[in-house]
Formats: sequence, C-alpha cells, structure tokens
Amino acid sequence: MDPMEEIKQMFFVECEELLEALQDGLEQLLEDPTEAETVATIFRAVHSMKGGAGAFGLEDLVGFAHNFETVLDALRSNRLEPTDEVLTELQRSADILNDLVYACKDGTDFDQSRSDAQIVKLQALLANEGPAEASADEPAPVAEPAEVEEAGEGSSFTNYLVKFKPHSGLYERGSDPALLIRDLCELAVEGQPADIECDISAIPEIEDIDPGQSFLSWEIRIKSEATEAGLAEVFEFVEGDCDLVISAANVLAEPETAETEAELEVDVPAPKPQAQADSTPAQVSDAPADAPTALADPEKPASATPAPAAAKKPAPKTEKAREPAKGGGNATVRVDLDRVDRLINLVGELVINQAMLSQSVVESGLANSTSIAVGLEEFKHLTREVQESVLAIRAQPVKSLFQRMSRIVREAADATGKKVNIVSDGEMTEVDKTVIERLADPLTHMIRNAVDHGLESPEKRTAAGKDEVGTVSLIAEHRSGRVLIEVSDDGAGINRERVFQIAVDKGLISPDAQLSNSEIDNLLFLPGFSTAEKVSDLSGRGVGMDVVKRSIASLGGRINISSNPGKGTIFSISLPLTLAILDGMIVSVGSETVVVPLSAILEMLKPEEAQIHPLGSGESVLQVRGEFVPTIDVAYQLGFGPKLENYNDRVILLIETSDGGQRALVVDSIQDQRQVVIKGLEENYGEVSGIAAATILGDGRIALILDPDAIVNDAQGGGPTHNSSFALAG
Amino acid sequence: MSLNILAVDDSKTMRDLLHAALAPQGFDVSLAEDGVHGLETLKEMTPPDVIITDINMPKLDGFGFIEGVREQQNYRGTPILVLTTESAPELKMRARDAGATGWIVKPFDKDKLIAAIRRVAN
Repeated sequence: MDPMEEIKQMFFVECEELLEALQDGLEQLLEDPTEAETVATIFRAVHSMKGGAGAFGLEDLVGFAHNFETVLDALRSNRLEPTDEVLTELQRSADILNDLVYACKDGTDFDQSRSDAQIVKLQALLANEGPAEASADEPAPVAEPAEVEEAGEGSSFTNYLVKFKPHSGLYERGSDPALLIRDLCELAVEGQPADIECDISAIPEIEDIDPGQSFLSWEIRIKSEATEAGLAEVFEFVEGDCDLVISAANVLAEPETAETEAELEVDVPAPKPQAQADSTPAQVSDAPADAPTALADPEKPASATPAPAAAKKPAPKTEKAREPAKGGGNATVRVDLDRVDRLINLVGELVINQAMLSQSVVESGLANSTSIAVGLEEFKHLTREVQESVLAIRAQPVKSLFQRMSRIVREAADATGKKVNIVSDGEMTEVDKTVIERLADPLTHMIRNAVDHGLESPEKRTAAGKDEVGTVSLIAEHRSGRVLIEVSDDGAGINRERVFQIAVDKGLISPDAQLSNSEIDNLLFLPGFSTAEKVSDLSGRGVGMDVVKRSIASLGGRINISSNPGKGTIFSISLPLTLAILDGMIVSVGSETVVVPLSAILEMLKPEEAQIHPLGSGESVLQVRGEFVPTIDVAYQLGFGPKLENYNDRVILLIETSDGGQRALVVDSIQDQRQVVIKGLEENYGEVSGIAAATILGDGRIALILDPDAIVNDAQGGGPTHNSSFALAG
Repeated sequence: MSLNILAVDDSKTMRDLLHAALAPQGFDVSLAEDGVHGLETLKEMTPPDVIITDINMPKLDGFGFIEGVREQQNYRGTPILVLTTESAPELKMRARDAGATGWIVKPFDKDKLIAAIRRVAN
C-alpha cells in the first residue's frame, strides 16, 4: 500500500479514538463545565483531527474542525462561558464532526449544508461573547515559499544589500547566522555568488567581552531573482531577534548608495529590540527582557551569566503542575481482527481435540486416579482458561455503542420536539465485538421508538404531573454468563387497548382473543405491526419491532418487554457473551445427539405419567407446580421420528421462551453438560428451521444445536417441520 | 548528511507523517508522544541536531517542553522547530519566548519541512 494511504488509514483509526475522547470529554463537561483539563482534552482531540485532516487535504473536515476548535479555544481561555446552550452546540458539533470523519473515511457524500449551518451557529456563539477575534485566525498556510522561485520567470534580477545584525536572542533560540546566510546565498543568481562582509567593529576589548552577547553583523550583497519579501523569508524565524534591512539597489557597482533607495524594513524594532516580544499578551516567561537590558547597559554585573537559564525557571513548573490528574492511559496493541478470529478458531479446535482425548481415555478404561486422567483434567482446565482469555480479546465495552445511542436520543429529541435526558449505566460491560456491531441497528430502533412513541410531549407530561424532561435509560450488566441490556423510558407505557385494537384491525389476532397483558405487549413484536397512527419520519421507516426481535434472536439473544401504564416501558435484551462458544446440554433425541443451549433451560425433570395431560389433536400439556406447560416432542418436531405415544421414561427440559412463557421439550435422555464450539450451518449448509448451528462432539460426531425459540414457533405454527430430512454424520 | 531528529507530537498520524517525510531523507528520527515523553526520550537518545515539537499536547505542552529542553546546558543551542496549525502570531511569539527557533505550519509539505530543518541545522 502507498505509505501515505497507510498513514491515512491510521489517521482514521486515530480519529475514532479522538472522537471517543471528545465524547467522553463532553459528557464530563456536562457534569463539571468549568474543569479546565477536560476542556483542554476536548480541544486537543479536535485540534489533532484538524491537523491530520489538513495533511490529507480533507478540506471540509479541516474547515469544520477549525470552527469547532475556535469555540473550544474561547472556552479554554475563558472568553466563552460554558452555558447550556454552548454545551448543546458543542455536542451537536461533535456529532457532525463524527459524521464528517466517517464520510471522509468511507468516501461517501456529506451534506455540506449541515456542517455549514452548524458553523454559523458556532460563530454566533463567539459573536455573543465579545469580539470574535478567533474566527479571523484562518488555517491559512503561511506564504508559500514556492512563489519566490516562480517570481523569477521572465527574469528581472535585482541587486540587494542585506544588512543583518543578530541579537543575542537569536543565539539563545538556537538559530545559527551561518545557516541563515547560507540560505540567503542560495537565492543568488547562478554564477554570481553573493558578497558577504562581516563587520567586527563592535567587538570590544577582550576584557570587556560578554560571551552571552552578540557583536557581529553582516552585510551581504546579492543579485537575485527573488523579491524582497522572498529574501526576508529566509529570516522568518529570527524576526525580532535581529536588525534586518533589505534594500534594493539597481546598480551593483555602487552598493554604498543602495540604502537610500526603496527600503524594506523587516521588523526592526530599533530602539528596544525586544519591544515586540514584550508586548505580546499571555507571556509565560519574561526571560527575553534581560537580553536587551544587558546590551544597553554593559556594566550590569549579572550579564556574564547566560540570561535565559536564570530567568526561565518558574515557568516550566506551572506547566507541569497543570496536568497532574491525567491518567496514564491503557497500553494497547492493535491486532488485525482476522488474526484474533484465527486464534479463536484454533482454540475451538483445541477444545474439540481435548474433548476427543478425554473420550478416548474413558474408552480405554483407565481409572480416574491414573496420572493420565489427572493430567487430562488439568489440561481441561487450562483449555477452558485459554479459551476464555482468547474470547476476552474480542470483548469490548459497550461504551462506544452507548455513546452512539446518546446521540440518537438527542437527534430523536430534536426531531420530535420532546425534551429527553439519557441516562446510561454499565458502559464498561464487555461483549463480543460482533455482538456490539450487530446490536447497533436494533438498539437504534428501540431508542428511537422510546423517544418517539414511549415518551409523551412536554405538555402531556406536565399535565400528568411528571417532569417535562423525559428520561431514556440504557443499562448494561453481566448476569449469569449473559449480558443484559435494558432500554427503558419513563413515558406513558403501552396503550394496551390500542395495541389490541390495532392487532385486530390488521388481522393479526381475532377480536375475541383473550390475551394477558404480557401477551398484548408482545404483539408489538409481530411482523406488520406498527402503532404509530401517522408514520413519523423518525421511527416509521418500515422497520418494526419484529425486525428488532429477529436481529436479537440471530445473536442468540432474547428480548422481553414489560410496561407499566403511566410509568413507562422496559425492553430487556439478554445476549450471549460470545458467538463462538455455547454452554450446552447434550441430549439424545431419537438416534441423534442434540445440544440445547443451557441458557434456555429452566429445569429438567422426569415426568410422572399423571403430570401429562393430553389435549385433543394429539397435543398435551405438562402440569408442573400448578401450571400447565405445552409440551413439544423434539424428535417429531425435527422430523427424526414419529410422534411419541407417551412420555414414559423420557426427560423433559423446561425452557423459557422469548415472550416469557414456558414450554416442555421432550427428549430421550441426557448425556452430558459441556461447552461446545459453535460451527455455523448457514455458511456451509443452509438455514434449518429449529436449528441454530452445529458442533463437533468429543467422539468426532456432529451434533445440532437447537434453537429453542424457533422450535417453539414451529410447534405453534402447527405441525412439524418435515421440510428437511437432515441426515447426520457419524 | 544524516541528522538526528527528535519529533514530539501527541497525534500518531502526525508522528507517522513526520517519520514518513524525514526517514527517506536519511534522517534518524526518534519519536515521542508528549512533552514529558519528549524530555525522557531526549535523555536516552543521541543528542538530536533538531527537535520538532507540537504545541497542544497532554501532560506537558510544547511551551513547557521547549523550556525543559532549554534549561539543560547541553541543549541550549539545539534548534527547536514548533509544529503549529495556528498561524496566529501570538502562539509563535509564545513559542519563541519559550526558546523555539522556528516553526512549521501544519499541514506541512515535505519540502517545506525539510527546508525548515535545513535552515536551522547543519
């Protein structure tokens, strides 16, 4: 890859980090708007993005970042008060900056009017607070040195006399007159080298020499194509640190008279050479003041010691003291995701291999106390630990996801005119990267729904005696090996009457259906259901909660809804920590071995005959603790065999369905409980209803992993899915 | 002619760019991430012929870093170029007051950067 292209890609990676730091900073600012270090961090983030963007010619990004930065700079230097209005605009600007960065990264179009409108708002903020000095400071590059060379085309040479007298400050700042003169001489016309004359007349008697002072000056006669400004540019860095007079003389032979003609003085603060430096505001150190005094007053006793060292001591201290709180930051290594996935795959193979080994040890009839068996047990532990550690590499905190969601809330609030506050908790909860990525869309939809449909308008809220600002909360936590994500609002709750009516109107249920509250709430997940009477431009985008539910299910997750009229609605999503490994119950179904995800199983039991109550049409229910749970004959359902006559000697797995109900899965027997490595079916075979994936068992046989929700749906959908005569290997 | 260069910038992109521009010139480039790191790196490396530093950095900014360098007897005369996107005269003056030799305005092009280095270092 082109090295510049490579650096550019790294720049975008860096931008992602900077955007996150920016977001973090803005959130901290909401809590404490006066914290100077936070403002400085935010400023640096935007500043760095601008700097990098400039290097790659991303003009839109530079322009926007520049305006953003200008406001931050005003905030940093206390010229702008961090009012709510300012903070809101900063947040919006961060959102736009985010979009701009991604548009640049992906090479997609960006709606310029959005950033332009925000720039106007940013500039307005500054206009309010005193003179908008900062907006004048354009990212304009300094004078192009190129123009110097170009000017020569058509060649008119000019003879110049350059008088150059360095001050001591020039040496103190590390400049070297020899290099400057060399640079100047390079501008001379070819074949006519410059004539350099050093004036040593100012050097005093040896006993009076002060090594810290400058006594030399030069006169350079040079014939050049360059303009006077072009010559002066050589001395750009030493402006104010020298006396410089550049004069154009047309007759080289008479240099002495040259001075009288067309003089260009470059910054010659004649009487007090340092006057300009002294007058600059916000001076950190007053060190340079020493130098001219020494020059003017040779009797000053201290002048023998080098001036800068003594005078500058206090300054660095204050600089260092300013930043004590900043944490060290985590040391990280960037690794290509493919490598991690390869490692995870290999560890998966290792787990399978270990299982096979265990099996052969058992089959060989060795006693548990033999060193092989003991060693194998140790190996098993280690394998498991390796596996967990490897999976942890892919785990990421949900923070980035939550940050995006707080943005969605702001946008949704703007679009609906509602006032919304977002509260998030558990941001550091870690989940597999893929899960996080695939969660973004469903979560976005849920958040939009919460603001659009969940929360009431400010007027209605006030009328209901609530705070007019609604709250949407986003909570993540680990719970028993899964991740729980909760999206809740404190709105009006689900209007069950209306939901019921809509479902009837749309023909989803019959008008005389008797539904529990929870069943009505779950109607929202039915395909084709949308409660919004008018399709708002916010959530009515043809994506319903059914799609949300399906995306969550495809991640091995479940979604639940619970609502309290007048108080609000809670959606809770339960997800596996990883998509690579599953804790499974290994069961026999007919002649096959099937894995049931442990997370779905509530309990296992051997049913008494009296517990099974047949219904008509060959269906039956299991009575357990006074409740009746529909049974599902797994073998029949998957097409492994005929419907069972009775459930004698069978085992029942009580599972929880995604709508909170229960089902009793009937299987032949239980073999084992263990972790299995998930091998996707869709890529290699095709989607099979009721089956989530497959795995390889210790004996090398393939076992199917059951998708409990799907099998329950199939069973409710009436009849088994005999569409696939799925032959198993082994 | 190979020069030893210390470049200090908190942005990885900028460090990469500096390195990409300078290394092919045969310069020996050491990189540091902020002012504090810059001072540490300075102690460990072959004394640089030129130091290039950013202004806005965490922990210790460019002004503090320059002062920290100039405080050391060995580096009183080492040329220091400041990287800045601000062409504002105020910042240049502050950098100069701290002891900077010159400045490079970001975004820099390679030729300008090298010209600036050649102007201050032999």
